[in-house]
Amino acid sequence: MHEPVTFHFDVDGENFSSAGEASVIIKKKLRQLGFSPDIIRRVSIAMYEGEINMVIHANGGAADVTVMDEYIEIVLSDKGPGIPDVELAMREGFSTARENIRALGFGAGMGLPNMKKYTDYMKIDTEVGVGTKITMRVNTTG
Amino acid sequence: MTELKPFMDALGIRVICGEADAFDGVYAGDLLSRAMSHVEAGNLWITIMNNVNVIAVASLADAAAVLLAEGVTLTPDALAAAEEKGICVLSAEQPVYDLCAGIAGLM
Repeated sequence: MHEPVTFHFDVDGENFSSAGEASVIIKKKLRQLGFSPDIIRRVSIAMYEGEINMVIHANGGAADVTVMDEYIEIVLSDKGPGIPDVELAMREGFSTARENIRALGFGAGMGLPNMKKYTDYMKIDTEVGVGTKITMRVNTTG
Repeated sequence: MTELKPFMDALGIRVICGEADAFDGVYAGDLLSRAMSHVEAGNLWITIMNNVNVIAVASLADAAAVLLAEGVTLTPDALAAAEEKGICVLSAEQPVYDLCAGIAGLM
């Protein structure tokens, strides 16, 4: 049993220039820790999508990554508007992103589906008007 | 891996920043979530998107280089990000389809 390694990031809202920075840092850290390219890729994609979602929809939030013996856990928490219909939001192609955001190349409606696809566990706790907390895990052992 | 230089010479592709000698496969597309999940390590990614987020996605996906079509160049903040992250960005005058067809023809 190793001591868990933790990373914390504050994600700026509406700041599309720095969006994705936390994911890029995590990717570097995981590489230094010696994880396989596949695991690094899956964590990076899931975290990037989550980070972008918080920038687009929630005026930012916090990202916490914990590296444990058996999995890497990513927790994204925001005080945004919440997701009224999670099932609908999980559908590929469904997006509520505004036109100016789509013009940047976002809003394909692939964010949450990608997060689900690239992780081994995903849980969404959301309350309209209060915020959203997404917990994802990528297994690091066979 | 495929050597990049013959493609650059034949298609008039020029370097905006960074260095890339070779690539392994091509992905073409502009939607970042799609690119994020479909650009494979070593790919040449052809797009017309030129903002700073393209650089983040290219970095996360381990693209060999980003090839901007239709004579598009990088925004100043995207150029700064590409230089800082060491991402190779290329540019060509042709539209995406013509670049894809040209590259496929040379393979």
